[in-house]
Amino acid sequence: MYVAVKGGERAIRNSHELLAEARRGDAAVPELSLEQIKQQLRLAVDRVMTEGSVYDPDLAALALKQAAGDSVEAIFLLRAFRATLPRLGYTEPLDTSRMRLWRRVSATFKDLPGGQVLGPTYDYTQRLLDFSLEGSSPENSCEEANAHAGPVPRIVDLLNHEGLIETHLPAEGDPDPADLTREPLAFPADRATRLQNLARGDEGFLLAIGYSTQRGYSHTHPFAGEIRYGMLEVEIVPEELGFAIPIGDIALTECQMVNQFAGSKSEPPQFTRGYGLAFGHSERKSMAMALVDRALRAEELGERVEAPAQMQEFVLSHSDSLEASGFVQHLKLPHYVDFQSELELVRKIRAG
Amino acid sequence: MRDSHYNFAYLDERTKRMIRRAILKAVAIPGYQVPFGSREMPLPYGWGTGGIQVTASVIGPNDVLKVIDQGADDTVNAVNIRRFFQRTTGVLTTERTTEATLIQTRHRIPETPLSERQILVYQVPVPEPLQRLEPREAETRRMHGLAEYGLMHVKLYEDIARYGHIATTYDYPVVVNGRHLMAPSPIPKFDNPKMHMNPALQLFGAGREKRIYAVPPYTKVESLAFDDHPFEVQRWKDACALCGSRDSFLDEVVTDDRGGRMFVCSDTDYCGKRQSGSEEAA
Repeated sequence: MYVAVKGGERAIRNSHELLAEARRGDAAVPELSLEQIKQQLRLAVDRVMTEGSVYDPDLAALALKQAAGDSVEAIFLLRAFRATLPRLGYTEPLDTSRMRLWRRVSATFKDLPGGQVLGPTYDYTQRLLDFSLEGSSPENSCEEANAHAGPVPRIVDLLNHEGLIETHLPAEGDPDPADLTREPLAFPADRATRLQNLARGDEGFLLAIGYSTQRGYSHTHPFAGEIRYGMLEVEIVPEELGFAIPIGDIALTECQMVNQFAGSKSEPPQFTRGYGLAFGHSERKSMAMALVDRALRAEELGERVEAPAQMQEFVLSHSDSLEASGFVQHLKLPHYVDFQSELELVRKIRAG
Repeated sequence: MRDSHYNFAYLDERTKRMIRRAILKAVAIPGYQVPFGSREMPLPYGWGTGGIQVTASVIGPNDVLKVIDQGADDTVNAVNIRRFFQRTTGVLTTERTTEATLIQTRHRIPETPLSERQILVYQVPVPEPLQRLEPREAETRRMHGLAEYGLMHVKLYEDIARYGHIATTYDYPVVVNGRHLMAPSPIPKFDNPKMHMNPALQLFGAGREKRIYAVPPYTKVESLAFDDHPFEVQRWKDACALCGSRDSFLDEVVTDDRGGRMFVCSDTDYCGKRQSGSEEAA
């Protein structure tokens, strides 16, 4: 007899209960606290804040807990929450040369003012599973001071004294950037809009697209001019005061890629730049973003647009994990009607 | 009961106003895709966020809402969206097409004819009918601007050359008001004729692609065809096994593992009404 998918309401309720149970796991094992997630899964928290476009470690930790550690699901939760928040004001532009640095490396100069600061990184570890972490790990303390005091100049600014790297002056009248969370993406998109899109873009997607530029799908000859990770004060200017006041600190990772450029009719040979910025400690993301940003400038720099990484419609329309994950997974929804139509068609074609 | 933690229909009033403006523009230019600032909704993109935002912007406390997916009120996503609006608006909901003032749908148009006091909101995955032929949006917008739809005609012609008939069965392209080529959303082409001169307002929301478009009441909606290959809809040899209808869209249901099949109406309200009607008659 005909078994329709009746009782959808009850099935959904049961599914919610099973989900809650699966998320919690064995009740005999102590539950994760948000503080534990924030402290011990900090890189996951940073990714969720970056792609979720909200700097709030508590909310990101909550999202991760609710999503059972699935970053893309956690990013979705945070974005959906973000969409309901009112706009109270806009911060002043951040001057990243004023960052209090935890880490700062350059692959272009052996030594430079401010020095190379390795900071906390997996880069120089041997990727051997550390079985001592199976139990509880001993307390660590590092004798070196944690953060560098005082401003450290950015490497691109050092190169600039010689005029070897392109400069970017704000456009005439310094127009407000478009806000992708309020207005739809339109093509062609200017660089500020593209950078917003990439900043919210999926790390895996940007990594793969950035990687493709290193394997011959566009030639941008990148050097990691500088990667810096540290804390920076955020300021707003309340209308009633008329001057800037700090409202808190945020951790940021910034990447300045420096790329060879042979010059064009109007520009002398010089280095061009690709830019990446992410919340928290997100070097892979900010480096991939900088590669893709530079590749997307092909048209502006008079380069031939041939590779996917250079095509803004291709990159910007597919970078968002919410859009991609939602649409790929919507294939789970019933498609009885369309499938029925196709079934009839295939029968007709085969019979014909 | 409405959950008072959220604004009526979830969206804040300024967002609703932005969406209503897009809807007004869409109604003024039938079939034209209006870009809008689609918000991240608490349901995933591709799962009806465009339709939900349109519904949220036009729904009022006195509306009676019906939500269907594949023609049925009890498919999981329809249930989820109906619950979302019950929770955020507290409005009455119904499964009866005739009782609803607002119907949100995915992939079907109800079999029961609509009236002037009703709004039909479609969930749209891909609003651009030309996307599969030309993925660059900068190009397709230009083609719409110039009403340059030769590419689509060539595609349909190639179908005929290859198969002897047009091999598009759902999301079958239409021309609205004699001007804009429009994707009717993935409804079966069986439903296309219902869009033509429909007394109800038809609104289309594509959340992921951030577009809204509309077919105002009593607007011409023409399915693309050629003089020697007129537009045709699907027909079944069987009648609905539950209500006996020969005029409705039928879903094929696998009944056993030996090739057993039966056909039933995809529109559950239509089918149910016919079944209870025949019982009363008997």
